[in-house]
Amino acid sequence: MLHNEIQWKTIVHATKVNHLNGVPVIDHPLKNVVVTERIPRKIFGSQPGTGRTTPISSAAPVQDPLFLALEQLDPLSEFAMLEIDPLSKMAAEMDTPDSLDPKTVANKDVKGNIFKDMDPWSSRKAGILSKYTTSEKLSIVTSFLYEGEKVVVKTQSTAVDKVQHRLEQLDSFEEGSQRKLNVSQAEYIGRIDQLNKELVSAWNSEQRVKALKIAIQCAKLLADTEVLPFYPSKFVLITDILDTFGKLVYERLRVKSDYYKPGSKTPTPLPEDFTPDMVPESAKETCLNWFHKIASIRELVPRLYVETALMKSYNFISSNECADGVLRITEMIHGIGNPLVAIYVRCYLCRVGINLMSQNSNYDFLYANFKAFLDSYQHLFSRCVKLEIAAQKMTMRTYASLYTPALDFILQAVVCTVNESVLADLLNNCKQCNNSSLILHSIMSSFKPSYVAERASDFVNMIVKCFDDCITLCSLLRMLGLCLNVCPPPSEQRRHILTAVWKYVSAFTNPAEYITCVEAWIQYIVVHFSNRDINIILGDIIEHMSPNRNFENFYNDLKIIVGKIVSNNQDFEMLLVMENFLPLIDLFQQEYMKVEVCKNILTNNFTCFTTNDPVTTNALMYLCTVLHDSVNALTPEDEYRQIGEILCNVIRKVDYGRDFEQQMNFYVEARGAFSNIDTVLAELVQRVNCLTVNTRHIVKGIHTRKTADFVRACAAYCFITIPSIVSEKTRLELYLLSGQVALFNQCLGQADACFKAVLSMLSDLQDVTTKSEIFLSSYIRQVLSTLLVVPDNPERGVLSLLKGLLNVIRDLDWNKQNCVLGSLYVNVIDLLSVMSQEEYSYHVDRVESNDSLYGSDTKFLVEINNMCSIIIGEILTLLKDLGICRRQSQLAIELFLRVALRGDLSMKSVSALALNLWQLSLKNGNADVKYMAKTKEYIRKRGMATNDIHLHQLLDKIIFQ
Amino acid sequence: MATHPWGRSQDIRLRWWNGGLELKRADKIYHENENVSGVIIISSNSDFKHEGITLTMEGSVNLQISSKTVGIIEAFYNSVKPIQLVSVSCEVSGPGRLPSGVTQIPFEIPLRAKPNRVLYETYHGVYVNINYGIRCDIKRSFLSKDLQKMQQFLVQYKPGFNATPQLPLRENRKPVSFEISPSTLSTGASGAPDFLLRGHLDTVCCNITKPLKGKVIFLKCAVPIRSLELQLARVETCGCAEGYAREATEIQNIQIGDGDVPLNIPIPIYMVFPRLFTCPTLITTNFKIEFEINIVIIFQDDHLITNNFPIVLVRE
Repeated sequence: MLHNEIQWKTIVHATKVNHLNGVPVIDHPLKNVVVTERIPRKIFGSQPGTGRTTPISSAAPVQDPLFLALEQLDPLSEFAMLEIDPLSKMAAEMDTPDSLDPKTVANKDVKGNIFKDMDPWSSRKAGILSKYTTSEKLSIVTSFLYEGEKVVVKTQSTAVDKVQHRLEQLDSFEEGSQRKLNVSQAEYIGRIDQLNKELVSAWNSEQRVKALKIAIQCAKLLADTEVLPFYPSKFVLITDILDTFGKLVYERLRVKSDYYKPGSKTPTPLPEDFTPDMVPESAKETCLNWFHKIASIRELVPRLYVETALMKSYNFISSNECADGVLRITEMIHGIGNPLVAIYVRCYLCRVGINLMSQNSNYDFLYANFKAFLDSYQHLFSRCVKLEIAAQKMTMRTYASLYTPALDFILQAVVCTVNESVLADLLNNCKQCNNSSLILHSIMSSFKPSYVAERASDFVNMIVKCFDDCITLCSLLRMLGLCLNVCPPPSEQRRHILTAVWKYVSAFTNPAEYITCVEAWIQYIVVHFSNRDINIILGDIIEHMSPNRNFENFYNDLKIIVGKIVSNNQDFEMLLVMENFLPLIDLFQQEYMKVEVCKNILTNNFTCFTTNDPVTTNALMYLCTVLHDSVNALTPEDEYRQIGEILCNVIRKVDYGRDFEQQMNFYVEARGAFSNIDTVLAELVQRVNCLTVNTRHIVKGIHTRKTADFVRACAAYCFITIPSIVSEKTRLELYLLSGQVALFNQCLGQADACFKAVLSMLSDLQDVTTKSEIFLSSYIRQVLSTLLVVPDNPERGVLSLLKGLLNVIRDLDWNKQNCVLGSLYVNVIDLLSVMSQEEYSYHVDRVESNDSLYGSDTKFLVEINNMCSIIIGEILTLLKDLGICRRQSQLAIELFLRVALRGDLSMKSVSALALNLWQLSLKNGNADVKYMAKTKEYIRKRGMATNDIHLHQLLDKIIFQ
Repeated sequence: MATHPWGRSQDIRLRWWNGGLELKRADKIYHENENVSGVIIISSNSDFKHEGITLTMEGSVNLQISSKTVGIIEAFYNSVKPIQLVSVSCEVSGPGRLPSGVTQIPFEIPLRAKPNRVLYETYHGVYVNINYGIRCDIKRSFLSKDLQKMQQFLVQYKPGFNATPQLPLRENRKPVSFEISPSTLSTGASGAPDFLLRGHLDTVCCNITKPLKGKVIFLKCAVPIRSLELQLARVETCGCAEGYAREATEIQNIQIGDGDVPLNIPIPIYMVFPRLFTCPTLITTNFKIEFEINIVIIFQDDHLITNNFPIVLVRE
């Protein structure tokens, strides 16, 4: 039977403490070796104008101190580092089914070199589709489409139904049933998609004539410009179908042609890179038939489109047929009266042509097409066009914008294939067209920015001489600005260009025009000009935006402008002290916008930046206050956290070096300003603690009167700040930390107060997460190990803090089954037995702990032993309450170990207790026998080492039954 | 396919034999004096008796009378009889039995014209048709139906040879320039909008295998154009001497200009001659096949102007 009252005596060892050797390191040993630079990805669907490789905008780089320490990649960014995500990778692979063939790959590489600077068509598509839309009704000829309900009927169960359905479908293809439907844009897109599917299914069911008919039908739609604003999108949709058709014809011809490899008797389909003399007569014949059929298409536009779509199949007939065909069609397009239709046919021709010419890189047709457009440029302003845009109530400007996707594509392709001298020619041609703004715009968006930049002043001159109303002066200037952002002009021209351009920019009376221009130019200004100039420009912006509260409409543009200023500025500090910068921020009078902007500024990467300038600090504080004040009860938690992080980051940036007083003042001020956000307060407490420790370092532990006062003030700051933090967990941790720091600085009273605060907090916990046993048990252990070095307050009794703690933890709401309290008690025994040693294993420098205070006074030791007895009694009660279970066995063996090692086994009651505990833990078969065997082994060794007879005696008694 | 009451069936197919390696005949095109070679494929699900298998090669010009000119044509009734160009018959097998399954009999017949005849190119027109074909007949006893299978093939001149070499235009390979404006038009000029069209055809004596090429430029055009078209027409003439019927019909019409075409920019004329419906220009004593090109300008006010160019087609 167990007795609750045990006579306890702690054994006092005179052992030497071994020290581990520390080696200073630079890196965290657990850190992964990863390159954290992010690979810029192409953003698909970027606007054609600006769409060069856009570097990815890095996510708000809030420097979390932990992150800085570890710099390990989180899984998400690791994922982003993969160049393409798996889905788009799959899609890319689907497009190139023969990617395994090394020759094709090589071919593609060659092609890639020529057009590598060019955005591929696929990436432009999305942009065009989203830009050119309409709300008007579109008409579509529906001979190959069924009514809506017929499409839905696809789940026939029986074979008979299927046959029936098929027959119905065939019936509905009768040519006579063509009729025009008026549909909305979404329906139209759906129907075109349906046509695409229909074409493929017709092809796959051997109805090739029908497939051809569908292709012609589709191409016909492109001759129709009934709804102008939608035309570019229509082009994108329909040319996709034509591409499909071309591919189907080509692939079938290739696969169906039997080819006898030299020396082989079995026919194989033609290889990808066949030559015309490998093609059998029958395939040539079929191919010729196709082209004869196409040549007899009556209407011009469908004929040109379909022939272009099949262009690749000319390779079956002869090797130069293709190139000739492209040039011929280039000429034939002159027959198209509508200039918009014509330029898009040219665009399609170029697009197909680029993919065709893999071997002979003769790309003259690209330039020929552009020249052809220039030749007929005046036709853009012809009577029919005027009538048409008048009928559709469009302005010349919006009409001209319809040309840009096609023109940009052609021009970029031209730029990739010709040398610079031709470009100069081109520019002259443009001048001959009276400096056509449309062409100039496309030239700037297509030519290499470096080329434009070299001749920037020429361009400025040409731009201001554009008098046609196709493209506004504003968009032209904007385009030039974008070019110069990518590649700066020669340094001696820079100022001249800016003054020349700004003369026009600041003359804009329409604020929308003004701001879009500024948005493009601001980067150029910020990168290449001094702060003084930037300041003047900012002043100009404010001046333009202030009248009539214009700024209200342009928050987004202003936001981008501020973003560009901040991200391109080298000297963040200079920016903050700039006269016009904060007034610019003040233009944002909408709360959430302002917050966004401030966030943007403050999250900008100024990692190595620290400041001690009061003006800068003030500006920073101002921006922070905006963020802080935006927080209210409705703020989402994530937002709250983010703002907290930003503020903490800013606080870390302000560094007055050795002027601790001023630093402290800043912290006081910050506390006043950011009282709403927990993390900031916690950060402030941490900073102040850090400051305290630094102070101690400087005085090397020996405080002068002044520094002692300062550190006391710091401790007081912490003590006062902590209670306003909401999170109990943080509060607990900070109290402990502040107590430790205060102790470290010999502020015994302050430390004591902190620890007492811990105790009173513990007894009154509300928060569930704080109450979690995992947190509490580790936290209390931490407190216990701190308490070892805390000297007793003479005003209160011996070990009053520990006793207080014991009282508190006993009353906590522990889970009986887990019996964490038992483990904690075991740790308390550890603490108490260490306390009774003559010299403690660790000390705080210059703080007298209890060992030196009491000097192992007998009374003190008796007190400790009494406490141990009580605690052991408590544990035994707990054991009894636990009943027979695994946990009981565990706890018993833990306690056994303490008793065996820490207790004075010469006392009978102690050794009896040990023995009892051993047996208790063995009882009922719940014991971890392996662990117990190890324990026994350890005790045996320990006994040998210390030559302790009592331990040996105990060892003899404990056996496995 | 003839199905026997008891379910037996026989079927003949003729397939163009890819005989020697030198003659690949995916296109079924033959020239005079070549061998037309192929294989007769007879499939039957039972063995059967026959009274002989014969193979016949025939080629003829068929002339038809236009309903418009029936009155005149009736007078020279003789001239509308088909003109036989080739007619060869040979016995493949005398009476005998064919086993069940597939029987393949290869054949080879030289393509030669009847005496005093020339093999004209295959042509399908409205009033004139020139056809060539091979027919296989299997004669059978009274009780069963005879079997017959016909297969057409095409005849073309050897490049450089033409049946009517005496054509005056033959040597005229110079480009033909033209100018069309209201003042150059003999008829229909009244009410025509003011316009001036200049252009040229590369030649009016065209190789049938090469496209027709040329350029047109509008120098002036008061009313916008709706469509600029190129019409290919055939002119078929039947009969001669005492009287004849001459009919011009459209073969194809393709657009080369659509809508208000830009001024002062050359627009290409380009037309591929369709394969079956054209042949080298043919002038014989009994009939003629000739071709013309019309340039058709349709203005937006529906005013229509055409300009006619007779052309000569040759095979080269």
